Amino acid sequence: MKVLVGVKRVIDYNVKVRVKSDNTDVDLSNTKMAINPFCEIAVEEAIRLKEAGIATEVIAVSVGSSASQEQLRTAMALGADRAILVETEDTAEPLTVAKTFAKLMADEGAELVILGKQSIDSDNNQVGQMLAALTKRPQGTFASNVSVESGHVAVTREIDGGLRTVKLALPAIVTTDLRLNEPRFAKLPDIMKAKRKPLETKTFADLGVEVKQHIQLDKVEAPAARQGGVKVGSVDELIQKLKDEAKVI
Amino acid sequence: MATLLIAEHNGTELAPATLSALTAAQQVGSDITVLVAGANVKAVADAAAQCSGVGKVLLAEGDSLAYDLAENLSELILSVAGDYSHIMAPSNSVSKDAMPRVAALLDVGQLSDITAVLSDVQFQRPIYAGNAIATVTSNDAVKVITVRAAAFDKAAATGGSAAVETLAAPADSGLSSWVNDELTQSERPELTAAERIVSGGRGVGSGENFALLEALADKLGAAVGASRAAVDSGFVPNDMQVGQTGKIVAPSLYMAFGISGAIQHLAGMKDSKVIVAVNKDEEAPIFQVADYGLVGDLFDVLPELTEKL
Ligand SMILES: Cc1cc2nc3c(=O)[nH]c(=O)nc-3n(C[C@H](O)[C@H](O)[C@H](O)COP(=O)(O)OP(=O)(O)OC[C@H]3O[C@@H](n4cnc5c(N)ncnc54)[C@H](O)[C@@H]3O)c2cc1C
Repeated sequence: MKVLVGVKRVIDYNVKVRVKSDNTDVDLSNTKMAINPFCEIAVEEAIRLKEAGIATEVIAVSVGSSASQEQLRTAMALGADRAILVETEDTAEPLTVAKTFAKLMADEGAELVILGKQSIDSDNNQVGQMLAALTKRPQGTFASNVSVESGHVAVTREIDGGLRTVKLALPAIVTTDLRLNEPRFAKLPDIMKAKRKPLETKTFADLGVEVKQHIQLDKVEAPAARQGGVKVGSVDELIQKLKDEAKVI
Repeated sequence: MATLLIAEHNGTELAPATLSALTAAQQVGSDITVLVAGANVKAVADAAAQCSGVGKVLLAEGDSLAYDLAENLSELILSVAGDYSHIMAPSNSVSKDAMPRVAALLDVGQLSDITAVLSDVQFQRPIYAGNAIATVTSNDAVKVITVRAAAFDKAAATGGSAAVETLAAPADSGLSSWVNDELTQSERPELTAAERIVSGGRGVGSGENFALLEALADKLGAAVGASRAAVDSGFVPNDMQVGQTGKIVAPSLYMAFGISGAIQHLAGMKDSKVIVAVNKDEEAPIFQVADYGLVGDLFDVLPELTEKL
């Protein structure tokens, strides 16, 4: 079974983003970038499927700028067999990314696609579901457990009320939640080896993916700052403030 | 211009988040139809019909809709989508699952988690864990939108008298099936609906120690929340996680115990009206957003607070 995994280059999760002074976007110049944490979990899950003898090949796919090669190399150092970069300098919308994956899923004959549930930059939480719709396949979103059986995959999903397990006919699309696994770190020899693994670059045109602008970004602003409050010295003072000043108890 | 609003419910009652999303829908336009889907949800449809500003209620009942399977729910929404310019839903684990499917099948983009309606085509939504607010315009003929409930006041649940029409449930897709649920049972209020939240982090140390938070929550009639670290450590179940990738809350009182205040956690609670932080590290970033900070050991503070209230 071939497995496709999504890898998005995003701001490092420890870095607090700044808004550009002209409010056109956020400022990512000189910002530390990394694999989107949910994508890292997706890569880890795919590698574990390969180690378990279930996946035959793990292909890491990124839609993004040429700099995304760095994140694809990381995915290969972690254990992906090869990588495909669909290169674009413009920010790709979720539907465009989903169309790209749909095409690659067909071209590669992948039976399982594992994507992060959301990227920590645009916070959309859309691509996996859109991909499932476009390919008319089932989806297991927000996965905290994935178990592949013959012809099926059972996915335990994190939902608002707790956990729900569903069984999906393969091919299927899975999106990862935080508890699915704990990603490993790449080892130095594997980082060296990854440099020689194949990384293919394609364009939307190569794949016949039409790019439309559905949503236009008009402005980006910093959120209203919260006023820093006061420190209280004791539980009694806290109770008094909550009662008399804030009037919330 | 007409809006279809997908109701959130628990099978018997309309969730308060539906009323918040209804406010957002009213800001878009006045022609609003509410869709109630599930196995046996007539009571929910009747409640939706009472809400102010609702013109019509569509009720779809059937086995294929029993477990919110996105493959079936998206087909249902699609079967009536042609009548609407806006398809909206409160942001929750059902709509996050199904709405992007609807958008893709309509070949349109989706606006996730909007926090403000500027016009019928222009909206605001948080990006980068709420560290930036994007103003966006949809170029699509149909706008598929999920609404951050915490950002909108609740519309009135009374005053309306809409007609309830039934809608055929879709055939089961045959692609996915429900296996089982492990739902968290709790007598306390739902996190996203609670007026007060008592939340614990890694500092709480264990699942057993959460009893200290529960005792306080019971005194306050509060819900209990948690940081990712508390969930990952197995102290509490996943549905208690507050944050960028968990639940977004904005109660009138949020009390954080043993939570450091990482940006991902703040993203889920920084719009609370009053924030209290108790942490033994006076440098903890949570104090930067707290209205009232108490530097101290939560194992001393919690019992004293619970006793004195
Ligand atoms: C992709 C991604 C998504 C994430 N999404 C979320 C999310 O949705 N929600 C979320 O919460 N996090 C999320 N995180 C995790 C986040 O980055 C932090 O790691 C997490 O919030 C830390 O939890 P914490 O504050 O409980 O633990 P810590 O950061 O370890 O803080 C524990 C705090 O407890 C204090 N403490 C310890 N003992 C005591 C005591 N006895 N009395 C008083 N204080 C004490 C310490 O001083 C410390 O400040 C996400 C991370 C990533 C990468």
